[in-house]
Amino acid sequence: MEKQKALYEYVLRLADDSLILGHRVSEWCGHGPILEEDIALTNLALDLIGQATSLLNYAGELEGKGRDGDALAFLRYEREYKNLLLVEQTNGDFGKTIMRQFLFDAFRKPLFEKLQHSSDQHLAAIAEKSLKETKYHLKHTSEWVIRLGDGTEESHNRIQESLDALWKYTNEIFYKDDIDSVLISENIIPSSEEIKAEWTKTVNDVLEQATLTIPSNNWIQEGGRKGFHTEALGYLLAEMQYMQRAYPNMTW
Amino acid sequence: MVTEKEIWNYLEEVFDPEIPVLTVVDLGVIRSVELNEDNCRIVITPTYSGCPAMKLIEEEIISKLKEKGISSVSVDLTLSPAWSTDWITESGKQKLLEYGIAPPQDEVDKSVLFAEPPKVPCPQCKSVNTRMVSLFGSTACKSQYQCNDCLEPFDYFKCLK
Repeated sequence: MEKQKALYEYVLRLADDSLILGHRVSEWCGHGPILEEDIALTNLALDLIGQATSLLNYAGELEGKGRDGDALAFLRYEREYKNLLLVEQTNGDFGKTIMRQFLFDAFRKPLFEKLQHSSDQHLAAIAEKSLKETKYHLKHTSEWVIRLGDGTEESHNRIQESLDALWKYTNEIFYKDDIDSVLISENIIPSSEEIKAEWTKTVNDVLEQATLTIPSNNWIQEGGRKGFHTEALGYLLAEMQYMQRAYPNMTW
Repeated sequence: MVTEKEIWNYLEEVFDPEIPVLTVVDLGVIRSVELNEDNCRIVITPTYSGCPAMKLIEEEIISKLKEKGISSVSVDLTLSPAWSTDWITESGKQKLLEYGIAPPQDEVDKSVLFAEPPKVPCPQCKSVNTRMVSLFGSTACKSQYQCNDCLEPFDYFKCLK
């Protein structure tokens, strides 16, 4: 695979992770368990949508077919989205949203740390910017995982159930195919082994402090990176794309 | 012929839409001003990736410079080097304080969980007996605090490095 095409596909994967998770988290707007967390979650969503905008615009440039960030966000079909299955999962209760975000942030932080030194300067600039925001996200979600896990019996049981439900999607975070191989050889992206080592350390540390148990069931579910999604994504897209589908090219 | 210095002075008349006491120069989002024969190019950088004020700031820069008789203005966005609260000018920090927003303090490493939040003096009564209510606040760049002495809630412009 040629480098430009591989980079387009890779940037699209990162962009879709941010976009889909950003949209999911934004669903909390006005529904947070307390006002402060409502505001915190919408702040997280805003950062993710901002990162998605930078990444999607860059993907559009790389593709070179005249599609901008908006066209990529709103006018693709489900099979064309390359996000992780983890990020499209429904919000559930507050604990599940926090657990999903934590498992993701623990991956994004080391990834951006490495990507800010990428040989591709545009990608490096987006990573450098996003890293500063992601550090705040990881701190916030780690503290909540510990607070809920090591909290009451009710909060412990509920967040343990969330971990059990989401664990099967975590292996996909380190999914690797020839897109990655091409970019690793060009020093554009780090190897997934490097990221996995850091992710595992963060996750083990925090879950241990939270008195939570990593599920022993090792069943793995993946497909998002190739465009095969769970049922959850279709509903999300139907809502997210509604205006552009009902009123094509509308602006305000 | 307008000079670069004059452009910087004009930009001191463009205010941040969300914190209207700060000019875009105080905030440190203007990265460069480049003048050539028929165009003036301004490079700006966002405070946060999703900052919704960037588009408006761009439009306000263009309209301010038009008002000053500079007709051809382009505004470009750059992400690197990434904006830091260190770029807020000293006068900008003073204006924040007078407006009732506590300016950024030096903070400990963000990777430390449950770290003591930074000690932020109350912009109203100056007491340091304050507490963080939430790490995230009314905009992406702020946290929520409350003073334990005068009980006034206030915004803290959180450190971004």
